[in-house]
Amino acid sequence: MNKDMMLGSEAVALGVKLARPKVISAYPITPQTHIIETISEMVDNGELDASFIRVESELSAISAAMGASQAGVRAFTATSSHGLALMHEVLHWIVGARLPVVLVNANRAIGSPWNIWTDQTDSMSQRDLGWLQVYCETAQEALDTVLQAFYVAEKVLLPIMVMIDGFILSHTLEEVVIPEQEQADEFLPPYKPEYYLDVENPMSFGNPAKGDVFYLFRKDIQRSMEASFGVIGEAHEKFKKVFGRDYGLYEYYRLSDADIVFVIAGALTGTVRVAVDRLRDSGVKAGLLKIRYFRPFPKDEIRELLKGKSSVIVLNRSLSFGSSGQITQEVMGALYYEKEKPKIYDYILSLGGKEVFVDDIVNIAENLGTLSSSNILWRE
Amino acid sequence: MDFRDITNVEYVNQGDYACPGCGAGLSMRHALKVLGEKTAIVMPASCWSIIAGVFPTTALQVPLMHVPFATAAAVASGVKNAFNEKGEEDVNVVCWAGDGGTFDIGLQALSGAAERKEDIIYVCYDNEAYMNTGIQRSSATPPGAWTTTTPTGNPLVYDKKDMFNIVASHNPAYVATATIAYPDDFYKKFEKAKNAKGFRFIHLLSTCPPGWRIDSKDSIKVMRLAVESGMFVLMEKEQGKPINVTYRPERFIPVKEYLSAQGRYRHLSEETVNEIQDRVNRRLKELGLI
Ligand code: SF4
Repeated sequence: MNKDMMLGSEAVALGVKLARPKVISAYPITPQTHIIETISEMVDNGELDASFIRVESELSAISAAMGASQAGVRAFTATSSHGLALMHEVLHWIVGARLPVVLVNANRAIGSPWNIWTDQTDSMSQRDLGWLQVYCETAQEALDTVLQAFYVAEKVLLPIMVMIDGFILSHTLEEVVIPEQEQADEFLPPYKPEYYLDVENPMSFGNPAKGDVFYLFRKDIQRSMEASFGVIGEAHEKFKKVFGRDYGLYEYYRLSDADIVFVIAGALTGTVRVAVDRLRDSGVKAGLLKIRYFRPFPKDEIRELLKGKSSVIVLNRSLSFGSSGQITQEVMGALYYEKEKPKIYDYILSLGGKEVFVDDIVNIAENLGTLSSSNILWRE
Repeated sequence: MDFRDITNVEYVNQGDYACPGCGAGLSMRHALKVLGEKTAIVMPASCWSIIAGVFPTTALQVPLMHVPFATAAAVASGVKNAFNEKGEEDVNVVCWAGDGGTFDIGLQALSGAAERKEDIIYVCYDNEAYMNTGIQRSSATPPGAWTTTTPTGNPLVYDKKDMFNIVASHNPAYVATATIAYPDDFYKKFEKAKNAKGFRFIHLLSTCPPGWRIDSKDSIKVMRLAVESGMFVLMEKEQGKPINVTYRPERFIPVKEYLSAQGRYRHLSEETVNEIQDRVNRRLKELGLI
């Protein structure tokens, strides 16, 4: 097996290369830049046979990717933070147009004030669009998820946003198993859409639709979201067969006999794993649930996993101001029909890259008795 | 050109949603006769978003993609690169945008695509205001013109944005102005654009009878008056060559004749008309036409 040390960003770029997209369009923003620099190099030295469009804004980056996808080829872009926000209108349009664009977002705070460090505000602000959302913990997971994303997107005809944490994943060296191109080709078939801009068979895409039809289109998006659970499962199964690595909609650690469960998404999961071990060593029955797919949200499975636990501490790195952390909302929704609900703690763990250490997590569990489960919890 | 060469094939179906006398509808019909079936259209929000028909019908016999307002030139860049990647380099990828989508909200994407020398044809049908939303001012609205957001006239201190030169400053393969009221000139320019490679831009003056407060039957006449008075100059510029004025009236008529043919200028004072005439004269002098 071929292994190498690489940045999370480089792992993403490698995943993109293995997926053989035909058009990549991008605009630089910290901390996404290494992704597009690496891809530019791959295109320039002929490793990746694709067009790279160096656009003048993120709005144009996503627009060009959309155009390429509508013309029937595999398209990719990457961004972060303000860039993702600037794309918002077209992110909507891509969903309605049912185009399987894959986007990697390096999670970063959004100003004002300026802040280049990580939190999940950027992607959580785009959760309601109809994009599937996956949050990655490691460089290997990021690489593998990019390949899986094309597979899933092209089957359900919905776009996918793959998240890596800015800096703590994008700019960190990790060991990565490098897949062979033959393996990638075996896993991911060439993209052959049924409908696209075709001069031999002309069609119009996006003509105005009246309410009755529009309503059905939107219902269809939700249906596809629901159906995507099956497709994701199929993708993970095939991925395991080809590459030997196992993935799920979520992942858990020391969960089955746990009383206290931390819920988190993204690269800080690693810190929580270590905290769980420390708590276990001191006799606290702690466990961890990592959310990989936030959209679609696997609420039935999560209800089963959290059933009978005494406390669930949701570690958010974004919040819906005036309400609560977005992950908390989902977990609460999932548990609504349980008779014996765990106490759910709505914890805002970090924003704008505020550092999180193992001790911080351990302290939360150790001081749980003093915390309230009826309002948002902030760190000192 | 010989009008017998114009194809009988229609690429715009009957029953589209254009108002009677709409310059934009007519322009598309003839542009597609030149561009032909190997054409894909990218269309940002504009009157044409409606003219093209309501799902599940369509007015066009070529592939069409509707796109958000600010994105046409960027989407077309993606489309063109995708066609190239598929080995279909011969497809004309055409942005078909109004003045709002070109002069205002789409200008950044347009400039980006022009700078990158994307191999696309960008057509702006300029009806000099946001007509689809009910005649609001754009940066293509001439000074003095009435719109619903300039009820006493577009401020005289404003200048209509000079799109021809803005695009020309990107050193594109081809840039031209045209209007379907001069079909031979129009056909030649679309032909040139079609045969050139790189970024191509055609600025069409395009009447809007309800927005210009004219009778539908006068649509062609008013576009002709714009050219005959020097308000709109028919010209082109090929890469590396100087500007070429493609039609020169024997004698320019007073702009007053153009302005007084339209209700949107009805409120103008004698003084304002003179001011507009002065500006037109200055521009014609710059171009060496008077
Ligand atoms: S409002 Fe004007 S531009 Fe729009 S379709 Fe009618 S005539 Fe044409």
